[in-house]
Amino acid sequence: MKLTPIFVTAITLALATSASAQTLTIATVNNGDMVRMQALSPEFTKATGIELNWVVLEENTLRQNVTTDIATNGGQYDVMTIGTYEAPIWAKQGWLVPLDGLSADAGYDVNDILPPIRAGLSYEDKLYAAPFYGESSFIMYRKDLMEKAGLTMPDAPTWEFIGQAARAMTDRANDINGICLRGKAGWGENMAFLTAMSNSFGASWFDENWKPQFDQPEWKNTLDTYLSLMADAGPAGASSNGFNENLTLFQQGKCGMWIDATVAASFVTNPKDSTVADKVGFTLAPDNGLGKRGNWLWAWSLAIPKSSQNAEAAEKFINWATNKDYLATVAAADGWANVPPGTRSSLYANADYQAAAPFAKMTLDSINSADPAHPTVKPVPYTGVQFVAIPEFAGIATNVGQLFSAALAGQMTGDAALAQAQEATTRDMTRAGYIK
Amino acid sequence: MARSVSVQAKAGYTIAAWVIALVLFSPILWVLLTAFKTEAEAIASRPTFLPETFTLENFAAVQERSDYFKHAINSIVVSVGSTLLGLVLGIPAAWAMAFAPTKRTKDVLMWMLSTKMMPAVGVLIPIYLIFRDLRLLDTVHGLTIIMTLINLPIIIWMLYTYFKEIPVDILEAARMDGAELWNEIVHVLVPMAVPGIASTLLLNVILAWNEAFWTITLTSGRAGTLTAFISSFSSPQGLFLAKLSAASLLAIAPILLLGWFSQKQLVRGLTFGAVK
Amino acid sequence: MATAQTRNLSRLMMAPAVIVLLIWMIVPLVMTLWFSFQNYSLINPMMTGFAGWANYIYVIGDPSFTQSLVNTLILVGGVLLITVIGGIFLALLLDQPLWGQGILRIIVISPFFVMPPVAALIWKNGFMHPGYGMLGHLWKAFGLQPVDWFNQFPLFSVIVIVAWQWLPFATLIFLTALQSLSEEQREAAEMDGANAINRFYYIILPHMARSVTIVILIQTIFLLGIFAEIRVTTGGGPGYASTNIAFLVFRTGILSNDIGAGSAGGVVAVIIANIVAFFLMRAVGKNLDA
Repeated sequence: MKLTPIFVTAITLALATSASAQTLTIATVNNGDMVRMQALSPEFTKATGIELNWVVLEENTLRQNVTTDIATNGGQYDVMTIGTYEAPIWAKQGWLVPLDGLSADAGYDVNDILPPIRAGLSYEDKLYAAPFYGESSFIMYRKDLMEKAGLTMPDAPTWEFIGQAARAMTDRANDINGICLRGKAGWGENMAFLTAMSNSFGASWFDENWKPQFDQPEWKNTLDTYLSLMADAGPAGASSNGFNENLTLFQQGKCGMWIDATVAASFVTNPKDSTVADKVGFTLAPDNGLGKRGNWLWAWSLAIPKSSQNAEAAEKFINWATNKDYLATVAAADGWANVPPGTRSSLYANADYQAAAPFAKMTLDSINSADPAHPTVKPVPYTGVQFVAIPEFAGIATNVGQLFSAALAGQMTGDAALAQAQEATTRDMTRAGYIK
Repeated sequence: MARSVSVQAKAGYTIAAWVIALVLFSPILWVLLTAFKTEAEAIASRPTFLPETFTLENFAAVQERSDYFKHAINSIVVSVGSTLLGLVLGIPAAWAMAFAPTKRTKDVLMWMLSTKMMPAVGVLIPIYLIFRDLRLLDTVHGLTIIMTLINLPIIIWMLYTYFKEIPVDILEAARMDGAELWNEIVHVLVPMAVPGIASTLLLNVILAWNEAFWTITLTSGRAGTLTAFISSFSSPQGLFLAKLSAASLLAIAPILLLGWFSQKQLVRGLTFGAVK
Repeated sequence: MATAQTRNLSRLMMAPAVIVLLIWMIVPLVMTLWFSFQNYSLINPMMTGFAGWANYIYVIGDPSFTQSLVNTLILVGGVLLITVIGGIFLALLLDQPLWGQGILRIIVISPFFVMPPVAALIWKNGFMHPGYGMLGHLWKAFGLQPVDWFNQFPLFSVIVIVAWQWLPFATLIFLTALQSLSEEQREAAEMDGANAINRFYYIILPHMARSVTIVILIQTIFLLGIFAEIRVTTGGGPGYASTNIAFLVFRTGILSNDIGAGSAGGVVAVIIANIVAFFLMRAVGKNLDA
């Protein structure tokens, strides 16, 4: 084997190049705002001399990789991108380094972070992850189609109005669906939407004794409303539609309304990608007069795992990527409409931003109307709007999401899906020790 | 050698074969064409066949975000390295099994193949813990070791079936001549074994190149191969099909070209002893 | 024939490979067995201690366990059926005198070089998506309602994608076998006045029996663990319609971060794989004089 020496040399070279002094490994999601952060990051390296090694992955793969790494103390990453679901749970396990340096830095101005977002990323009043961009959900609708249907969108619509409007706007012959909603299974996909929606119907995941509530009339009402709305006014193949698929449909002018993340607003109003950019209106997510709206709260955030050997440098990077100056840097490079939204009060007070982003006020109102501490009408033992902040939730909700997705695909009835969801959730909660 | 067939029959066969081949090839063709379209055109409700506006911006965007050559070199080192390592381990083993078979040879072979049946997801955590403790996470040599172990059973099996076809009497004759042994090996056995080794090498480079579980879970940027490269363009928020196609095209192109150019060598040994 | 010396030598030559594979098999397997009897949640460090059979009871009691077992068999069987029959047909066709034979062969083997996640992404977004997939456009061109493949026929869609990847491999092996069928044998058959169908049944098929065995054996090893294609396309759904054993292990072990149950699932998967392998060897093994 004459090639063996070459191979050994190649390995040695690969090893040699991987050992450089101050390098941070940053794991992040491949969404547009993060990609922009990566593109701007040479400025950080220039200012500090700290090299960056980027790991940019699709959301599910990223989540699996960082969870495996942090739970086994693997130490592969110095900065991880996590959400409001993971932050308090991981902080509680002692897996994250508290960001005390940021809280103490007057220039960083931690009090500028929007209160609901800051609360969601804190554990025992300490900040464990810094928000990179935040979002709630709201209704995006086509003003022209609304007018054509002879209706006017109220500032705070009810589910009843949404149902009526969606059916009125539907025009199957011209491939226009009254409403596009998430149907793809996953705790961050259809269950994010359905859990937030169920809050406005007075439903909850668990009662105060952690007993699953899918056998209650509120959930039946939620799921029946969702299924009949999608049957009458939803697009074909809705059960595999997530954020992206619905975005595409909406941009192509095939949706009358779309209830989804507030960050979608900048995509649907961007004339480069969207055929309906100048016809989109925004309004609050619907309610049922019970005091809770069907909108969620999420923030992609940067955190430092305990296993990092470079915590100090990592905090410097997080400071750079989430402070006010970063917003100005993005604005200078790509315009105000492209700055990461939903994290800082000062952004929403900025006249330039308000002018560039017509959806700014509605985004802020939506974020502020979410209440993760008291998400439901009835008292519950958990926090979190579109999720339940317990470690087992992701697994359980993915399972339930599969069942609801099957109901949407017409493979089972809504009642059967609820019955199976109740059974599966009871099984998992018993195993996890919540139900004695 | 060619059998005599009427021109009509030949034309009929040709048309049928081309239609089927193009249907099978269409997904790859789709990637090839979509890579040069704009994002909006890629998902347009009125599809285009050739790109309306031929653009290279997807490739530029892909390269700007993620260093293609770094990932490609990792892919090459891991797939070629693991295959060579596998051959070093596999050739003696297969040789011994083929020329000095015992009653248990078949059982040993089947046992080796059965090590491939453990689902990777089931052993992720044990392997991750071992890799962490041996400091192999995110290293090219760690990946090379895993890839060698995964493909070793196939390597041994392929080589074994190939070596078995080499007539034993040549070897016996060589042994009797004694002094001429070395000559016999170099001039008779090696030329007979080379095609089998070559196609084993090619098949395993392909299998290692396309492995997409361990290469993604055990790396974090430095040792990432092209499968990890692809994963950073799959399903972000917003439009992505054209960029994903460009990245996919870049990722499959080297192995596709290798496969095309070495097709004859690949096929020669790809019989697993099925041809007498 | 084999002297003691050569026997020792051959043992020595086999030793490195056997030892390496033994370690590769035993270490993860022992760790997995150990975890399968432990309470071990990746995200809940409070869960510790000996679990007894609880993890196994939990996995086997999963509402999708039976279905995923059946799905695994359908998936393996379906892909084998398509690739073996399709492969023989394609090999016979490519064995005929054709114009552009070299290029044709290159085109036909290409799918084998596409990595599984890419293959799945292409099929999902480029072809099977009801909104902008090519099949959807094709259906619309004929005035039909586009089919929502992954929801209406989830398992079938996965089978199509996997079969597309493995068809070239089967075709190549069959083609090599066909071409080794000597010209005399064919001509003798033609002289005997055997028609095409008889020739196929009595000459070609028996000649190809061994290569069919090889294709089935190799593909089964890979197909039992099909995972990337399911994860990218259907995520095991809708419901559990396309969940196989490997995906079930992924869902319990990785998605739910329950390593105890995931390990138990892994052990169960190994047992099932070995049962399948056992029957497979009995059914087709006599064709292999390995």
